[in-house]
Amino acid sequence: MAVVSSEATALATESDIVTVRRLVREAAAKLGFSLVDQTKVVTAASELARNTLIHGKGGEMELITLNGPRVGLRLKFHDHGPGIPDIQLALRDGFTTGSGLGLGLGGAKRLVNEFEINSQVGEGTTVTVTRWK
Amino acid sequence: MAISTLNQNATLASIIEQHREAILAEWLREMSGATRRSDLLKESELQAQCSQFLDSLARASGTGTNAQAAAYEPLREILADISHSRAQKGFSPRETAMFVFSIKRPLFSAIRDAYGKDPSVMAEQMWSMTELLDSLGLFTTDAYLKSREEVIRRQQEDMLELSTPVVKLWEGILALPLIGTLDSARTQVVMESLLEAIVQTNSRVAIIDITGVPTVDTVVAQHLLKTVTAARLMGADCIISGVRPQIAQTIVHLGINLLDVTTKATLSDAFGLAMQRAGFSFVRADKRETKRD
Amino acid sequence: MERIPILRMGEYLLVTIQVDMHDRLAMTLQDDLTNRISETGAKGVLIDISSLEIVDSFIGRMLGNIASMSRVLDADTVVVGMRPAVAITLVELGMSLTGVRTALNVDAGMDLLRNSLDARKDALYGSRIQ
Repeated sequence: MAVVSSEATALATESDIVTVRRLVREAAAKLGFSLVDQTKVVTAASELARNTLIHGKGGEMELITLNGPRVGLRLKFHDHGPGIPDIQLALRDGFTTGSGLGLGLGGAKRLVNEFEINSQVGEGTTVTVTRWK
Repeated sequence: MAISTLNQNATLASIIEQHREAILAEWLREMSGATRRSDLLKESELQAQCSQFLDSLARASGTGTNAQAAAYEPLREILADISHSRAQKGFSPRETAMFVFSIKRPLFSAIRDAYGKDPSVMAEQMWSMTELLDSLGLFTTDAYLKSREEVIRRQQEDMLELSTPVVKLWEGILALPLIGTLDSARTQVVMESLLEAIVQTNSRVAIIDITGVPTVDTVVAQHLLKTVTAARLMGADCIISGVRPQIAQTIVHLGINLLDVTTKATLSDAFGLAMQRAGFSFVRADKRETKRD
Repeated sequence: MERIPILRMGEYLLVTIQVDMHDRLAMTLQDDLTNRISETGAKGVLIDISSLEIVDSFIGRMLGNIASMSRVLDADTVVVGMRPAVAITLVELGMSLTGVRTALNVDAGMDLLRNSLDARKDALYGSRIQ
């Protein structure tokens, strides 16, 4: 009874990142998220979508609306890219120092309530994040 | 041998239709006990709710007894509304769920009257009805909890807003006197209020006064730092005032880096600095010698 | 190709970002601005982001880059109008944009640019304000 709806979006081009921002914003607004929370989850989605596109060589995002006793938004980013060899390293903030190595994962993690990452070198990566209302 | 499912469902629906008034009356009687809360709900309103529920149940049960099915959507909506309104009125979860559970006895009476002579059919009907009502009862409780959480959340927000007043000290200068302990949730609301106020009042300087905050730990210090950084990104400066010696010690001890942040011991020192930063200067109006007090 | 318009106001360039930019548009803006500063000899750049509901790490880095490149070309950059929700999110993301000067709105931003330019001119021509 918890999951209400789920929709998938392809992440193949740059404009898909903009689409992701729009879709996540609409979903969060519909669920009545506060403005700050909306901004946080949309920004996280933008970071993760870009990751999937650039490091994962393209993939997709699944947008899941959770409308049980607890209301929230769950986003799943899949790709069949090279995978991440050292996840702990990737979670550290690389991008703020401008090194270009940062995958935006650490930052996105701080913007959501739940963060899960599964990655296999040579197979791909799945990042699942959840923001509760 | 069980009657075919189609026949069985049609029977459930027709039982309700045939015995509607009796079921309704008995249901209302069942609810007249401890969970009735007539102080919160008028009799006429309750009767209307029951009628609506029963009609929807009769329609939906014609297609089966799966409470999650699409045919039960209208019924679920009715229950969600009832739960929501009861949560707001102050009913307990039990009192709310009893709306559904108290219909069991009258429905079973009706089933028994119809199938008393055929025990296996009666048993099947009663089991289907139990499953359905239990499921609906649980749905009601879930909906109630959701509403309740929403009410609590809003009350918390209201409380937090009341306890974090932002004061305009001068044109372009705000003050935020913090009093009491700061937890994560409160600090976030505080942060948001201050930043909103900065935009609304076009203030270039914000003084965060922590004289009334007994202790500052790493978490609080981090939140304050984040607030200062966020304000800076927006184009406003923050000054933290009211830093007592003990707090200064804690901050150094914890290794918190306040290098970028201006701090002042008192609110008045902070105000002086704020005026300077905002481009004002003080000139005493009366240049004559003043008498000693 | 769509571009974000850059307005010229005397010695200053003014950019108002009103669309949700895709990455390439942001990179184009970066290039266009650098070129314009060079062409016009502009001394200051004002970037108005008051319409932006989202600033992620890419846009954040773009703003930082613009500020750095402008400085090399002897121009100041001021970013104005960042929304509270955006500021809070950027901080949480870990970006503090330390190289970027900010102001509440266009007026405040222009004041900042003018004062900064005056100060630089005074330093250049040797006069000092007591």
